Amino acid sequence: MEFQSCVKIINEWDIVAARQLGRNVAKELGFGTVDQARITTAISELARNIYLYAGQGSVSIEKLNINGKSGLKIIAEDQGPGIEDIRRVMEDGYTTSGGLGAGLPGAKRLMDDFDIESIPGEGTKIIATKWLR
Amino acid sequence: MRIPILKLYDCLLVSIQWELDDVTALQFQEDLLHKIHETSANGVVIDITSIDFIDSFIAKVLGDVFSMSKLMGAKVVITGIQPAVAITLIELGISLDDVLTALDLEKGLEKLQQELGD
Repeated sequence: MEFQSCVKIINEWDIVAARQLGRNVAKELGFGTVDQARITTAISELARNIYLYAGQGSVSIEKLNINGKSGLKIIAEDQGPGIEDIRRVMEDGYTTSGGLGAGLPGAKRLMDDFDIESIPGEGTKIIATKWLR
Repeated sequence: MRIPILKLYDCLLVSIQWELDDVTALQFQEDLLHKIHETSANGVVIDITSIDFIDSFIAKVLGDVFSMSKLMGAKVVITGIQPAVAITLIELGISLDDVLTALDLEKGLEKLQQELGD
């Protein structure tokens, strides 16, 4: 059984809880300080998006061990309004909330694998992975 | 918990010692502007040596603090950005181009004196 832990995102404090969980797991897995910062930042961006756009959802952190390769997987999920135009939200600087528009494209650059699935009216699921080098 | 803002001659000194949540960051923004107004400070040094990550929200708050203070007539220097923080900020796509920075508190105070012209 792989390790998995989940934080429900309902308010601003849950964003802090999600990234602290992620940082602790990253540390346990042996990620260096720069990768820890990358993972923590990516979780913060994804959790904040849930809070801002969907109202609530969850962030799960999973330890991976595949063919001797260790990694950390973030699953950010919500049943919010979904994303109409995924290409648009992956553009730097695009925002509908007055932020910097760096969240999703930034989180993608910070992680190794990044996959986004969204159905308008049903919700969004983002899976992002960082591998230990 | 509020971030303490100290007055040192005509400057304000801030050392952020713990991880910033959204509410604390916004409260700090407001507190600092009030303190600038109250003390007629010309310059502010914000030291973030203890901060080990900055996301786009906190980056926006710090950038806004810089611009808002400038509107009021005070210069802000941010000091102590850690290597991991610099790397992740640039990868996020945030360069904080207009913001004055320095390696540490000492160099930050020197930079502030230069900027203020004395």
